[in-house]
Amino acid sequence: MAAPIAIHLEFGGGAELLFNGVKEHHVTLPSQSEPWDVKQLLVWIQRNLLKERPELFVQGDSVRPGILVLINDADWELMGELDYQLQDQDNIVFISTLHGG
Amino acid sequence: MAQEVCSLKAQLKEQEKEIAALKKKLSQLEKSHTSALELHDKVRPLTPLKAKLALSNEDIMRYSRQLLLPELGVQGQLNLSKTSVLVVGCGGLGCPLAQYLAAAGIGRLGLLDYDEVELSNLHRQVLHGEENQGQAKALSAANAARRLNSTVECIPYHLQLSSENALQLIQQYDIVADCSDNVPTRYLVNDACVLSGKPLVSASALRMEGQLTVYNYSGGPCYRCLYPVPPPPETVTNCSDGGVLGVVPGIMGCFQALEVIKIASGQGSSCSQQLVMFDAQDARFRSIKLRPKQAGCAVCGENPSVTKLVDYESFCGSAATDKCRKLNLLPRDQRITVQDYQSIMDKAVPHLLLDVRPLVEVEICHLPFSLNIPLSSLEERKTEHIQLFQERISQLKQQMAGDCRPPVYVICKLGNDSQKAVQVLEKMSGSEVDSIMVKDICGGLMAWAQKIDPTFPQY
Ligand SMILES: [Zn+2]
Repeated sequence: MAAPIAIHLEFGGGAELLFNGVKEHHVTLPSQSEPWDVKQLLVWIQRNLLKERPELFVQGDSVRPGILVLINDADWELMGELDYQLQDQDNIVFISTLHGG
Repeated sequence: MAQEVCSLKAQLKEQEKEIAALKKKLSQLEKSHTSALELHDKVRPLTPLKAKLALSNEDIMRYSRQLLLPELGVQGQLNLSKTSVLVVGCGGLGCPLAQYLAAAGIGRLGLLDYDEVELSNLHRQVLHGEENQGQAKALSAANAARRLNSTVECIPYHLQLSSENALQLIQQYDIVADCSDNVPTRYLVNDACVLSGKPLVSASALRMEGQLTVYNYSGGPCYRCLYPVPPPPETVTNCSDGGVLGVVPGIMGCFQALEVIKIASGQGSSCSQQLVMFDAQDARFRSIKLRPKQAGCAVCGENPSVTKLVDYESFCGSAATDKCRKLNLLPRDQRITVQDYQSIMDKAVPHLLLDVRPLVEVEICHLPFSLNIPLSSLEERKTEHIQLFQERISQLKQQMAGDCRPPVYVICKLGNDSQKAVQVLEKMSGSEVDSIMVKDICGGLMAWAQKIDPTFPQY
């Protein structure tokens, strides 16, 4: 059994509007048999934080195009994307790309 | 006494004549000065920018405070003077960018925008003035930049950047700055920069946030490396919908100017493969390390599938403007016009007018007899709002004779959200609330202001 882990979630660039305008969320992921990865985190966010219009946040089992995921201040592409195994105290940021000028 | 008054009046008249003559002379002079800048409505070949061999005494005085920086120095200043920069979009980002590039002594400044100056631009597009309303933004920006530094060659382009003209235009410039306001243009500018090998200094801003990255520069990724698939159009918010605090694009445009100057002068930018995020609310800048150039990228990768410019509006499923899209979700018989609604009011037909805009917009302006429940509250079925709605429907039913369904007319700013709300209310009708007859008002409050009540504010 993997112990519960506490992580810090942040939403920005307008993605926070899907979460009642709240940018920062300190959450604890419950203990489970396998270590938590980002793919499971997305499911957890959908079930626990995201109430309405999930299509504005996820597409298939990943985030929708136009949302950049950062793991501990680095592009998630450098960290293994959906397969990255979450560690206690990780900082995961979801940023919606801006287009205005 | 009377004589004195008479003579003073005559003197005054004389002086007024003189003032009028002076004013006329001044405006003619100013006009001839501004007309010297020729507005380009299509892309034409430019003469190559001549490299300065040395700084003049005037240059030395003008740029002395930056010449003193070892990071810039005389060579850096000479490098600036032989660099040409294309600014795509003369709005909230493009204005401060063009201003600082002109002030710093860039050699040539291409200023592109298809739009004209409007009153609602002035809070953030700070090169334009009240007197420029209706004028091409490109020309207004070019005139302002030239007033600041007449030694900079300013070329205003009043045109829409397209797959047909982008390569020819971008090839003529050394550095490109993306200050545009829509997704198709961002992909178009990126691809044109990759295909012609130009660095792209890109920024964006919305509400209280800004983002900046330098693409296609010193081996780093391009825009498509990061965003291979465009976002679904319904997830994209523009400044006219989401709002923007003027100083936020101001800060990001200044940041773009900084990176352009660093590249042009030879210092180099540190924002390749970096995303700089600015949060104005928390007054915080954050720099994030991005993925490297992607081998599988459709345009800059090893086997690119995009080898010439494509149709970006169809690729993104949206138009290359920041103007609002008009949705058509409802059949004709579920919509009424503002004229229809006016006659409903004139005949005092019992009904409920439901305004589904967010509270912040209702505070700007609203019709006095409307009930406000934001679309998001309807979608989330917020209990207190649904109860309120049900109460108003019950009251309406009592007013009406017989057992017909009470009419509900839904209004918003432009007539998009009102259609979504009608769809939500249709689902609720007869189950979550009493049975109702629900329609939306085409064109919303802005159509009301334009066609029915000219004293109603527009925003
Ligand atoms: Zn690329």
